[in-house]
Amino acid sequence: MSRRTHIALEQRLSRPRWLTVAVPVGSVVFAFVVVAVVLLATGHNPLREYRQLFDAAFLQRGALEQTLIAATPLAFTGLAAAAAFRMKLYNIGAEGQMYIGAITAAAAGLYLGGSGGASPFVIGAMVAAGCIGGLGWALIPGILRAFFKTNEILTSLLLNYVAGYVLTYLIFESQSYWRQTKGFNASVFPTGKPLPSSAVWPTWTIHLQGGIGLPLGAGLAVVVAAIVWLLYSRTRFGVEAQVLGDSERAARYSGVRVRRKIIAVMALSGAIAGLGGASQDGDFRHALDGDPNGLQKQGFGYTGIVVAALGRYNPFAVVLIAFLIGGLENAGNTLQGPSFPAGLVGVIQGIILFCALGGELLTRYRVRVTWRRDTRAALAPAEAAR
Amino acid sequence: MNHSLLVVLLASGIAYGTPLLFASLGELLAERAGVLNLGVEGMMLVGAVMGFWTVQRVGAGTPLTLTLAMVIAAVAGTLMAAIHAFLVITLRASQIVSGLALTIFAGAAGLSSYLGNDLNLADQPARHSFAPFLPSTLQKLPVLGPILFGQTILVYVSWACVVAIALYLSRTRTGLNLRAVGESPAAADTMGVNVSLYRYGHTLAGGAFAGVAGATVTLAITPQWVDGITGGAGWIAIALVIFAFWRPEICLVGAYFFGAMQALAPELQARNIQLGPTVLWSNSLPYVMTIVVLVAVSSGTARRRLGAPAALGTPYVREEH
Repeated sequence: MSRRTHIALEQRLSRPRWLTVAVPVGSVVFAFVVVAVVLLATGHNPLREYRQLFDAAFLQRGALEQTLIAATPLAFTGLAAAAAFRMKLYNIGAEGQMYIGAITAAAAGLYLGGSGGASPFVIGAMVAAGCIGGLGWALIPGILRAFFKTNEILTSLLLNYVAGYVLTYLIFESQSYWRQTKGFNASVFPTGKPLPSSAVWPTWTIHLQGGIGLPLGAGLAVVVAAIVWLLYSRTRFGVEAQVLGDSERAARYSGVRVRRKIIAVMALSGAIAGLGGASQDGDFRHALDGDPNGLQKQGFGYTGIVVAALGRYNPFAVVLIAFLIGGLENAGNTLQGPSFPAGLVGVIQGIILFCALGGELLTRYRVRVTWRRDTRAALAPAEAAR
Repeated sequence: MNHSLLVVLLASGIAYGTPLLFASLGELLAERAGVLNLGVEGMMLVGAVMGFWTVQRVGAGTPLTLTLAMVIAAVAGTLMAAIHAFLVITLRASQIVSGLALTIFAGAAGLSSYLGNDLNLADQPARHSFAPFLPSTLQKLPVLGPILFGQTILVYVSWACVVAIALYLSRTRTGLNLRAVGESPAAADTMGVNVSLYRYGHTLAGGAFAGVAGATVTLAITPQWVDGITGGAGWIAIALVIFAFWRPEICLVGAYFFGAMQALAPELQARNIQLGPTVLWSNSLPYVMTIVVLVAVSSGTARRRLGAPAALGTPYVREEH
């Protein structure tokens, strides 16, 4: 007697809580299995690679400090993406908004900074300037979307390229305010003018792995995560944004001012990304980095989308995921070489994201597999007996 | 006369526009089936690196090697599209996030870069590349020579593809079924059209076109491999489908318009023409113009009359309709 396997997807009426944790964790595990297969196929030993990866990301001396440096910008771009994606506004311009934020924050730091220790006033001004820069750049796709219904995915992305050219132009192709023009090196290789010492952001030392520096930016990212969480879960703004994300028509009927809300959410998202740019200046680079192989090569804005999606747009989860992906990025940089080619980290990230996306199905649907006997065959004798 | 800026821009606009055209034709097929694929940039880059790898490693004659390179690029693009197709058609994932994931996975800092490094492809000139092949008497004709006859065979192939796709969409049973799937999958399903099959088929075909588009960049325009060599062309191609109101013949015009804009920056630099911050504005121009045209077509009446496939971006689940 023949048997047939029947696979059916049934929509779940409610999502069990444990699944929202189990599915992402399971997806990551599955992704690492897939990557192991890829590594084996290309002649690498997956266990050795993973061990190296984990050591270089978290365990080696100094690894945690480097991981924090890689994770801080990802927390900002991840939060920027999460804040917008939550209401189905796909701002993929965090990359460019970060560049513009870096430009405006560096201008504030160069203009206001002086000698002496870190000054709260100067740093506050850099934070504000970075936010305003990113916000302004994000307003372009925001306003176009709100008033002309222009697809914000394409406009925000295309503006990334433009922002990149602006950044390169300021340091390489002009005698701008941001460019170092004095000294011997300046005539050989163009660089940004170094920030005065009071505009350099402080770090706190944690006594672990022989002392690691916790950058101010990492702390700010946690504060931003808390603000975004409060905004979306405890205020009218958040509720309205959520309604708008689910259905524009429902939002309009319930009196939400749709255009204003779209622009506000894009502005919030851009400001967070711009703050990430300010942190790049103040925490890490201490000058405006216009090198096409520097800040622009990092792709923080794009990795931030991975971070946001894996964190399911929950701000605190985004910060945690940023730390883990930051570890992966850091390990990728440390290990880069013939046995660990550049690009492998991007491949791993992509596969994790694919698995998480596929796994999402399991939180929405119940997969029911049944083995049943072929009904026609089972019915035939009954019919004959009648 | 054949070296005047206008003629050179028109001629190289066609050359630079060809990858845009291939990629947008592929995206058009996928979108007509209701599948938005934002992974074009990633699929192009993987096609570009695999096509380049083929010409570096295969020792056959130039025509055969280049044909093989294009086939391999198409296969590579198809495989990338298969990931997206499986996620959005079978697993019903968000088309937007899945497409973005595909670009991150395959793109400038992902698989294409990994392959380029692992196969040692950077910093070498291509061993074989596409070149103009028509008789030089034709190529030397005033004005029309460089524009119409000074092109590589890929340009003429792309014209054939435009005609073929236009006829396919308007004159064949499968083409009409495809449009039904994109407009109303439930109605198509009722007519007995296999919605999933159509969506898979056209998403994969879109990947093949994107792969070919990528290889056009590395084998005809700048015959070399550099990480992220397509420089956002995949995104411009997606925008192009919108300006073209999902029609292949308008894609052709748009692709050449943006191709000419991409050709402007290198041409101005070669001629040492300075107009203010030339590098800045001439490099930004294609991106800014794309945004300007997007705004023009997305607002108001143009959108309402010649809109997108109605089911674009939505999964089709029979029980939920």
